[in-house]
Amino acid sequence: MTNDAKGKGGWPLFEVFIRSKQGLSHVHAGSLHAADAKMAIENARDVYTRRNEGTSIWVVPSDAISASAPEDKGTLFDPADSKIYRHPTFYTVPDDVECL
Amino acid sequence: MVHEASAPDERAEQFDAWVADENKVEPQDWMPEGYAKTLVRQISQHAHSEIIGMQPEGNWITRAPSLRRKAILLAKVQDEAGHGLYLYSAAETLNVSRDQMEADLMSGKAKYSSIFNYPTLTWADVGAIGWLVDGAAIVNQIPLCRCSYGPYARAMIRVCKEESFHQRQGFELMMALSQGTPEQKAMAQDALNRWWWPAVQMFGPPDHDSPHSAQSMAWKIKRFSNDDLRQKFIDMAVKQAQALHIEIPDPDLKFNEETGHWDTGEINWDEFWAVVKGHGPCSRERMANRRKAHNDGAWVREAATAFAAKERARAEKVAA
Amino acid sequence: MSKVDPLFETCLRLGDTALVLGQRLAEWSSKAPTVELDIALSNHALDMIGQAQLFLEYAGRVEGKGRDEDALAYHRQDFEFRNAMIAELPKGDFACTMVRQLLFATYASMFYERMTASTDADLAAIAGKAEKEMAYHARHAGEWVVRLGDGTEESHQRAQDAVNLLWPYAHELFQTDVVDQAMIETGVLPDAAAFKGEWLGEIEAVLKRATLSLPEDDWMPSGGRSGQHTEHLAYLLAEMQVLPRAYPDAKW
Ligand SMILES: [Fe+2]
Ligand SMILES: [Fe+2]
Repeated sequence: MTNDAKGKGGWPLFEVFIRSKQGLSHVHAGSLHAADAKMAIENARDVYTRRNEGTSIWVVPSDAISASAPEDKGTLFDPADSKIYRHPTFYTVPDDVECL
Repeated sequence: MVHEASAPDERAEQFDAWVADENKVEPQDWMPEGYAKTLVRQISQHAHSEIIGMQPEGNWITRAPSLRRKAILLAKVQDEAGHGLYLYSAAETLNVSRDQMEADLMSGKAKYSSIFNYPTLTWADVGAIGWLVDGAAIVNQIPLCRCSYGPYARAMIRVCKEESFHQRQGFELMMALSQGTPEQKAMAQDALNRWWWPAVQMFGPPDHDSPHSAQSMAWKIKRFSNDDLRQKFIDMAVKQAQALHIEIPDPDLKFNEETGHWDTGEINWDEFWAVVKGHGPCSRERMANRRKAHNDGAWVREAATAFAAKERARAEKVAA
Repeated sequence: MSKVDPLFETCLRLGDTALVLGQRLAEWSSKAPTVELDIALSNHALDMIGQAQLFLEYAGRVEGKGRDEDALAYHRQDFEFRNAMIAELPKGDFACTMVRQLLFATYASMFYERMTASTDADLAAIAGKAEKEMAYHARHAGEWVVRLGDGTEESHQRAQDAVNLLWPYAHELFQTDVVDQAMIETGVLPDAAAFKGEWLGEIEAVLKRATLSLPEDDWMPSGGRSGQHTEHLAYLLAEMQVLPRAYPDAKW
């Protein structure tokens, strides 16, 4: 987020992360404005979990997030492309051996 | 994606190729100014429509004729507020603040869907809106889930998921009326008479009169032309009206064996443009209500801002 | 009111209070100070209407005359309504709505928490659902009352005015009559008087953080729970009931 993330007479923007089920990671759901973190959680509950989507909410001030630069995408992520041995499908095993 | 370092016209070319290839554009990626401008206009207009769109149906919340209907309607109108918020946040990724967008709505600079400038005169209008207006919105919005701009596409996926019950509750409501007493049937027919043409006009002016469409299609912001979407909606709605045993108010409506589609009579585009210009029956009231809610709430927003500042100051004092 | 069935009467009191408060909260739709609050207030209204449906549906079963929740909600007169008066007062400004939510929801969460142990299985089940909803309303309203009270000069004044206006009506929630006594004796209802001190403690704690104060206890209006209402209820019902009354044969 490159803007100064202010709105509503200076209410900062928060990014909302929701854990949908016990045991899963928090996933980015969207963003919202709030005067403080408590209000951000209240708002997130009403805006992003009206249909039982959540068991836990994180809110993070948007300007506290550092993001990788788009032009670094190649440098950061391409090296992983060649390490296919990290994926289980890299390995050939006989069809009739179970539980692999 | 486009490299910041590329020469300007090369960048535009790379961008066009990138989206033509069905890739997504994210907020930090380079994008042509026109692309960002088109998106801000479209997304904020869309957000405003969700917010203003709460009013016509909201008009009946306190008078819903059963507790079940009251809960459904409240939840539906509440969803529209949520849609407005998802869309405002999507637009904010393009460096336009929510305050600015709201100010543009209230000053009349920004537009919203004309359909919400028609009055809801009876309870059947709540059904007609859910069935036809949300029905048309879904036809419009499903392709937007594949829009090239990531945040808009993701917001639309969320919206479309929630939208599915809106149309169904409207149709069910109309069904109850059309199977009800003679007065209820008449109410349903009257609502269809008043909402049919505005709903057909929701897809925007005919293709030959829609100057920005071609560029939006090339940028994969728009996937189908106004007229194609409109036809899709009409074909769908005709069958649904038959199931409701109510009549679409168009004496020229007939099935075209050759095309396999329903042809309609002349659409009154003069009325459409008049409403777009702010001359709809409820245009002024909708805007006045929006401004009043905003102004009446100013002291609450100021209080929360002041309280947050005090809390920060207190926390700093403790830390010091 | 010749022979009153205390259980039927109790269900009406619980259901009507939830319904009337839900109707008032629903009035905020598209009028709230922020879109986020619009969504929150609709959520609260939906909780209240949901509770009303459950209580009134059960009331109909207890009565055994074939009336369902809609018959009870839409085809009774104002003097047949049994809601506490605090629920029917106009929604007022946002401070009024939040102070009412704080006073009522703090009470209701304590009441339903105890009612989960009711000897009446239906009421215990409804309480189990309502308890959590009311605890959330109380928390949400508490945070806002603090923000308003300790916000700006204007918001402080409005919040204090709201406290002064609503405080007298809170007492009715804790009063008991023969109907309540019968229900308390059989373990159907908890005795609200028993937790009034705890309730007062919570309210005072929030008001203190909000830099607000309670007015003197003098006037303590009551009567809503036996059908004697303020002037406001009849208007609320006239609006709410207009369609079923205009078309008595219609199904919606
Ligand atoms: Fe919507
Ligand atoms: Fe909708």
